[in-house]
Amino acid sequence: MTAPVSLTRFGLLAPPGASPRGDGRDDVLAQLRQPTTLPPGHGLPDLVEGLRLHRARAVEVAAARREQRRPDFVHQQEISAAEADFRVTLAVNTRLPLHERLSLHWGNHFTIGTPLSTSYVAGDMDRTAIRPHMLGRFADMLRACTTHPAMLTYLGNDRSVGPNSPVGRRQRRGLNENLGRELLELHSLGVDGGYTQEDVVETAKILTGWTIPERGPDGAGIVFLADRHEPGARTVLGRRYPEGGEEQLLALVEDLARHPATARHVTRRLVRHFLGDGAPPDVAPALARVFQATEGDLRAVTEALVAHPASLSLPPAKLRPPMELVLSVARMMGGRPARPTLMNSLRALGQPWLGAPSPAGWPEEDQAWASPDAVKSRLDWALQLAGGRDPRFDAREVAEAVFGRWLSAETRRTLARAANGGQALALLVMSPEVQRR
Amino acid sequence: MRHLIGRRDVLAGLGSLFAWSYAPRISSAAGARDPRLLVVVLRGGLDGLSAVVPLGDPAYTARRAGSEMAQAGATLPLDDMFGLNRNMPALAEMYRAREALILHAVATPYRERSHFDAQALLESGFPNLMRGERTGWLNRTLQQLPRGERLPPPRGLAISPMVPLIMSGAAPVETWQRQSFRYADDDTVARLLDLYEARDPVLAEALRRGAALDGVMQADPEAMATPAARLAGLPDFTTDAAAAARIMARPDGPRIAAISYGGWDTHNDQGPVQGQLGRGLAALDAALGALRSGLLPVWRDTVVAVVTEFGRTVRVNGSRGTDHGVGTVALLMGGAVRGGRVLADWPGLAEHQLHQGRDLMPTTDLRAVMKGMLAEHLGLEPRLLGRDTFPDSEALRPMQGLVG
Repeated sequence: MTAPVSLTRFGLLAPPGASPRGDGRDDVLAQLRQPTTLPPGHGLPDLVEGLRLHRARAVEVAAARREQRRPDFVHQQEISAAEADFRVTLAVNTRLPLHERLSLHWGNHFTIGTPLSTSYVAGDMDRTAIRPHMLGRFADMLRACTTHPAMLTYLGNDRSVGPNSPVGRRQRRGLNENLGRELLELHSLGVDGGYTQEDVVETAKILTGWTIPERGPDGAGIVFLADRHEPGARTVLGRRYPEGGEEQLLALVEDLARHPATARHVTRRLVRHFLGDGAPPDVAPALARVFQATEGDLRAVTEALVAHPASLSLPPAKLRPPMELVLSVARMMGGRPARPTLMNSLRALGQPWLGAPSPAGWPEEDQAWASPDAVKSRLDWALQLAGGRDPRFDAREVAEAVFGRWLSAETRRTLARAANGGQALALLVMSPEVQRR
Repeated sequence: MRHLIGRRDVLAGLGSLFAWSYAPRISSAAGARDPRLLVVVLRGGLDGLSAVVPLGDPAYTARRAGSEMAQAGATLPLDDMFGLNRNMPALAEMYRAREALILHAVATPYRERSHFDAQALLESGFPNLMRGERTGWLNRTLQQLPRGERLPPPRGLAISPMVPLIMSGAAPVETWQRQSFRYADDDTVARLLDLYEARDPVLAEALRRGAALDGVMQADPEAMATPAARLAGLPDFTTDAAAAARIMARPDGPRIAAISYGGWDTHNDQGPVQGQLGRGLAALDAALGALRSGLLPVWRDTVVAVVTEFGRTVRVNGSRGTDHGVGTVALLMGGAVRGGRVLADWPGLAEHQLHQGRDLMPTTDLRAVMKGMLAEHLGLEPRLLGRDTFPDSEALRPMQGLVG
């Protein structure tokens, strides 16, 4: 007997006493009908403020160097720590944990990382480019993520210049193909999506001009600078995009989002993330058909995923990735323990904040996080966390209040026989019920 | 009655972890050898011209005018042409003992300027960016190690939280990451193992192996205490190096491992002697020294290879740093390395001698160096090296006379 899917496959556990009665599917479906945009008032940098911090840092570093003193600026790590904390608080308090799961999934689909000043605007990308669209049109999310400054800096498009553009001719600068390649390979068509190196170069040329300007009146948000844009018509996947500045990318993104290879790639990743490697082979194609029939309506696609019988019948297979584990444990415990700190926890568990090893993101294989060192580190972490618990915290009570009749006899017995309260909590955190989803 | 697994069982050693103990040794003219290989990946693009300095090239001082590197006493002498950055005394000592071989003006086939792509090529061993297949040449090396027919492939070790690309592939690889938390007590490990054995065999197996690996570290607390070589103000590369050496030196330890260090992308205020790069090189030197002393019992049969994704521009840029370039250095160290030499088909640093007028022209393909080392050190077949280890490199002759 497995716990409700709203706690496991599509969720992040639950606070004690908040678990649903049945299989949890209706609870998940209900969350799909709620708006996904976060209300303002969170106090974290929006795009304008993030870019201001980014520029202020560059100016201050240069000034400090001239004046031979230590630079004083808002460090990226401060922003990252605040953003990560915000995510935990959100998860602890939310009644829509599926939205947190979707935000993590799409954040991994559109991976961004630490280089340069991505971290100042990473939170904004989640709030403005991912969340508003994760139950909307895929094309909108694809456009918003491709043109977001966090992505533009992460994949070097901010430094990509059309060789025949005015800036390219004057400064003898050229193309950076990274974003063009990842847009096709990772974000839309997939590696087997039938594109060529020529398509990558053409896409990179279409992307020239999308950048963050260093200063000036337009420096506030997402901008397209025509004087860096490679002039001329482009051809991608046999389709011609006439010269037209920023319109070229917008047209390309619409076509990519509608491409059958994109439907296949996007739904495959979705199925793998939520159902695991053992998903029946018909699930992803069924979802891809929904994707195509609805022109990439992610609400319809996600609904089809949740409604598929395999969502209920497959046992929990995946080890929760570290971020999901941290959020789930925080929800179960009713708040994040002060120690170990969130950033240390994520680093020790192998998933540092904004630290994915490549643009392909964190791995999705069921056993990706089950390496010996990783599992042992989870236990070391769990004991550390248990050491700082509220002494009134009773792991046995919490286990009953969260899992109730879904708690296995072995886990119940292990908790009952624990040598002390700290060990009991660590063992609960490490139990298969908490670790797998 | 409840059965608690004792410490002895939990920490049963690494034999099963790396599945090598029963593998045949590699035979050679010198008798049976049991070679080990550790690859150190320097991420970010090391400025080879600041590490191994071509003092004998008159163009060098002109191009690096005003750099700390031009100051007297910035280098330790290597030969008539090259000096070693003075922050690397341990490497200098290995060089003098003929245990360190330096290769200069080396590069992968990559000629663009992206870290992602350059590291992908360095680690995959492919001749060009073949997207989709994300496997590494060191993993393919693991698969080619001679072994008995029914033995599983030997396991590799990556000192990192995730298996890096260079070690990714079909052969199993363990990871190890320095732990910032106290190790779990044996009692808790045993209780959890009991639970996993009843409910989750995959987690049980993982926990048993993980506890064994940490047990090696734990057995000698001094080894994991703050190492003496951890110097103030330097990045700590030594702790990971000492851990790698410790696991590898065991008779049942892994024979192939990878470790990586970042911080080489010195666009601003490079400071090759006293600045950022100087500190990085000093930390790397301390780590190389820790590797040698940790691997001393097996040093005779060990090669440590140090590689980076690309070099940096010859000219210093406007912010006293250097930008992404091409040619750079590679190092081979170990008891069997035919060291004490700098191997370089030196292209020169005059304007017309540079790659695209800005970078050290590569004259040696890094794959030829690695292929030569793998052939001589691990006894891998040249035919497989050119086909599987470094695909489509049949025409590239493995360099000879590096090891043995």
